[in-house]
Amino acid sequence: MSQDFRLDNVGMVNREKKISFKFNGKKYFGFEGDTIASALIANGVHLVGRSFKYHRPRGFFGVGVDEPYAILQLDRNNERDPNIRATEQEIFEGLEVKSVNCWPSVNFDIGAINNFLKMFFPAGFYYKTFMWPPSFWYKIYEPFIRMAAGFGEASIKHDKERYEHKYEYCDLLITGSGPSGLASAYAAAKNGARVILAEDKPRFGGSLLTSDVNIGNQTGVEWTEKIIAELKSMPNVTVKNRSQVFGYYDHNMLVMSERISDHLPKTQKYLPKQRLWYIRANEVLISSGSIERPLVFGNNDTPGVMLSSAAKEYMKVYGVLVGKKPLIFTNNDSGYETAIEFKKNGVNPIILDTRSDPSSDIIAEAKNLNIEIKFSHVVVAAKGYKKVKSADIAKISDDKKELFNIENIECDCICVSGFWTPSIHLASQSGNKSKFNEKIDAFVPDKSKQKENTIGSANGIFTLEETIKDAFDKGFDVSNKITEKNNKVSVPTVVEKKSTDHDKFWCVPLPKGKSYKRFLDFQNDVAVSDIELALREGFRSIEHVKRYTTLGMATDQGKTSNLNGLQLVSDIENKVVPQVGHTTFRPPYTPVSIGAIVGREVGKHSKPTRKSPMHSWHEKNNAVFVDAGVWLRPRYYKQGNEGLFEASKREAKNVRQNVGVCDVTTLGKIDVKGPDAAEFLNRVYTNAWLKLPVGKARYGVMLREDGIVMDDGTTTRISKNHYHMTTTTAQAANVLSHLEYYLQLVWPELNVNVVSTTEQWAGAAIAGPNSRKLLMKLFPNLDVSNEGLPFMGYKEADLFGVPAKIYRISFSGELAYEINVESDNGYFMWEKIMEVGKEFQIQPYGTEALSTLRIEMGHVAGSELDGRTIPYDASLEGLVSKKKDFIGKRSLNRSAFTSTDREKLVGVVPIDKTTSIPEGSYIVKDPKAKLPNPKLGHVSASCWSVEHDNPFSLAIIKDGKNMIGQKLFAMSPLKNKTIPVEIVSSHYVDPEGKRVRS
Amino acid sequence: MLYINCPHCGLRSQNEFAYGGDATVKRPELNKEISDQEWDNFVYLRKSPRGKHLELWHHISGCRQWIKVERDTSTHEIFKTYKANEAIE
Ligand SMILES: [Zn+2]
Repeated sequence: MSQDFRLDNVGMVNREKKISFKFNGKKYFGFEGDTIASALIANGVHLVGRSFKYHRPRGFFGVGVDEPYAILQLDRNNERDPNIRATEQEIFEGLEVKSVNCWPSVNFDIGAINNFLKMFFPAGFYYKTFMWPPSFWYKIYEPFIRMAAGFGEASIKHDKERYEHKYEYCDLLITGSGPSGLASAYAAAKNGARVILAEDKPRFGGSLLTSDVNIGNQTGVEWTEKIIAELKSMPNVTVKNRSQVFGYYDHNMLVMSERISDHLPKTQKYLPKQRLWYIRANEVLISSGSIERPLVFGNNDTPGVMLSSAAKEYMKVYGVLVGKKPLIFTNNDSGYETAIEFKKNGVNPIILDTRSDPSSDIIAEAKNLNIEIKFSHVVVAAKGYKKVKSADIAKISDDKKELFNIENIECDCICVSGFWTPSIHLASQSGNKSKFNEKIDAFVPDKSKQKENTIGSANGIFTLEETIKDAFDKGFDVSNKITEKNNKVSVPTVVEKKSTDHDKFWCVPLPKGKSYKRFLDFQNDVAVSDIELALREGFRSIEHVKRYTTLGMATDQGKTSNLNGLQLVSDIENKVVPQVGHTTFRPPYTPVSIGAIVGREVGKHSKPTRKSPMHSWHEKNNAVFVDAGVWLRPRYYKQGNEGLFEASKREAKNVRQNVGVCDVTTLGKIDVKGPDAAEFLNRVYTNAWLKLPVGKARYGVMLREDGIVMDDGTTTRISKNHYHMTTTTAQAANVLSHLEYYLQLVWPELNVNVVSTTEQWAGAAIAGPNSRKLLMKLFPNLDVSNEGLPFMGYKEADLFGVPAKIYRISFSGELAYEINVESDNGYFMWEKIMEVGKEFQIQPYGTEALSTLRIEMGHVAGSELDGRTIPYDASLEGLVSKKKDFIGKRSLNRSAFTSTDREKLVGVVPIDKTTSIPEGSYIVKDPKAKLPNPKLGHVSASCWSVEHDNPFSLAIIKDGKNMIGQKLFAMSPLKNKTIPVEIVSSHYVDPEGKRVRS
Repeated sequence: MLYINCPHCGLRSQNEFAYGGDATVKRPELNKEISDQEWDNFVYLRKSPRGKHLELWHHISGCRQWIKVERDTSTHEIFKTYKANEAIE
């Protein structure tokens, strides 16, 4: 198809490079530098979508971030991307986009029937319609809403693109490269400040690209190019295009999304698709410009009705005519600039000006060009369904209440200008309470909240001369606070056409007997009548009106609709806009892709992975790994066709019968050193520590101040002032913070230092009746007899030339030792243990067997110490000192903690000795009792006891000790199981603890 | 994201720190007889002021020091930061 609406030799697209793309399956051509919008308009295509609620035809309304209509779905390199604004997405060879919110096609859309049923879709329709009966929700209402909602479909595939995060610091961040952004960046950079200048569009310059002005004897475009080139050459300046600063957060942290590859057919090899910048700026200058405000009239959502500034930009930047019979409808001078541009390009526009007799340079120029101007005229309604074909226009009375001489004139587009709305979003996000500026009928930023200033038209300054001067000053002032270089550059002279005041009129009354829809929010289909209805129904707060009608709640965040909505509410309520107030602006200013937010933290990069020094041995020996926090631990070592159950049973059994070895490197290790270390431990743990001799270990339990068990583990006295503490894998980091808290803040007088040594030591636990024999061979020169190295003893020795530490401690209930060597020697140690242990039938065991062994021994772990248990609940009363004070002791006196019916630790065995009890099951007296069945407690951990060859579980139940011998039931509604059980002692193996001491 | 001036390390981003609650709470002395009410006040009861609040932060991904931060809970403005043992002005 030919580009019938492309002008010759106008604009900035690259005519040398023709690009083909597909829209709704049909092939079109554009040029390099076109957006989807400009390329489609060049081809005469204006129907691109359907509206959200009524499925009315949708065209293009703007030319940038404010676009409410042209939201498309993009397919790029086999990836699907919804919520793409056609006005921002640049075309590339092979691009495919399609319309959303229409079925079966944008030309014939079944949902458009909603348009004829619109009396049934009033404000608050979701609240009113989908109420009763409740049973309808699940099967009828929800599927209906889900089908009707949303713009496009997100991909469910894994996104293979790369997204990156970058952290940056600067003296000054400037958000927008229009005249004020350029001027302030230049002034600040010349004054030595580190500057980041961010522009959301591909081209720098903002309004300078389209306005007929002169700065320092250069055109706006020339001046832009000169300044950008100079800024780019300066080492203290970063200049970024296609980069949207979308969020202003605490302490001057701003977030910017840089679209690096979205405009290319494929992401380049060493580049990400998008980059998210976290920028900590000393100072921020917000130069985000302003957005033209629509005028409101009948059917003002028809394709072909668009902002007049957009029409001008399509001509001047893209060389594209939005129509050949344009009607310009304006209440200020901006519409004239667009009309003049049309005229220059050989098209005859008609201007309808709501003002009765304005005069200015611009109006005079339009008159000189013989442009037809109708003062005191308005558009009553656009005519045409899928595209504007004509307009009903009328003369309007001076009080703007009555319409005369309604006539129909032919046109193919209506360019509207209702004056300008400063983009105060970022300032507002920073906490800046805005103020209403009567002169421009809009909100502007008030007093700075954080270190931010707003400049240019974002601050309501609409003349170029003032903008440039103010921006040069601000750039200098703000930078000089930081650099103190006093290097001030001179402000260039500015020549611009003078304009006159705008008309406050913005909404055309309905003619008698007509009920045209007059839209305020174009993306969410909110019309004047919806706001009127909401107010009739009693909604008053603008926040409530917004939510009830969904005004401004679409993905464009009401960039074009907010002020007209406020204006309407204040008109109806007989208030002024500042009394109505405005709703809160929240980040992001524009939609941000989920990929950019997540960055590289995907899959295995979503968290660090910690591996023990023996990891590669486990891998080579068929270990199946499990996540333990961020650690990877062998869960079991697979032999043949074994599954988890068989393997862990074999491994655990081998510990009970021969000897096993387990990688315990992950246990938290903390060095506690200093003359007051014993006293400190005595305060941290519930049991006594003052008399622990050197070379001995002790098991300890520590509490939080509220009396709940925090962690347990053994601590060994290495030398007089040096203790080696171990913690559980899960609590290692918390315990260190806990110790530091008490040493630094509560008892700073204690002379103790703590440091994590978890990663310095590789640990192997060897457990089982053969473990001493194995130890004798590993350390032939060491006395490892029961007398030489008794239970809870500690020795240092030499393991084939490598220094090792041996702790005689046991988690499995068997005779056991834990050997630690420096991490670098871990693999060597492990191989030696396996090699030497061969003759004693050694087998490695994983966390599953480890669990089995501890469960049948009745040793508590995380599933029992779950943040609700106090020492008495877990049968740890023997460890609670009556004599000394310690952290959390006072809480143990609380009545709830001393009550006799607290849930306590017991063992549970199924009566049939075969059915495993699901973890989390409730223990109840009567399985048939009326719900909610009173529960006695819950099953915390289950295993297959290798000692007894039947299932065994630990449970925490009311009055536990007195329940032993009782026959009860374990119920798991989740697994739909009810199992008759007997309550037994939690010590299911070796209750006297003979083995560990043997 | 807050920007916290660690008195040991300088300005660092909030994600290096862990929050530690009210810094004015004082733990009762060891071995001292106190009422349930006093103990409960220490363990459980905290004020939630709007405005200036002296609070603890732990520089866990930095110097591992607990510090005190005077912060406005509604604006997040940080007025001053202190070392653990520094006198509060
Ligand atoms: Zn620090």
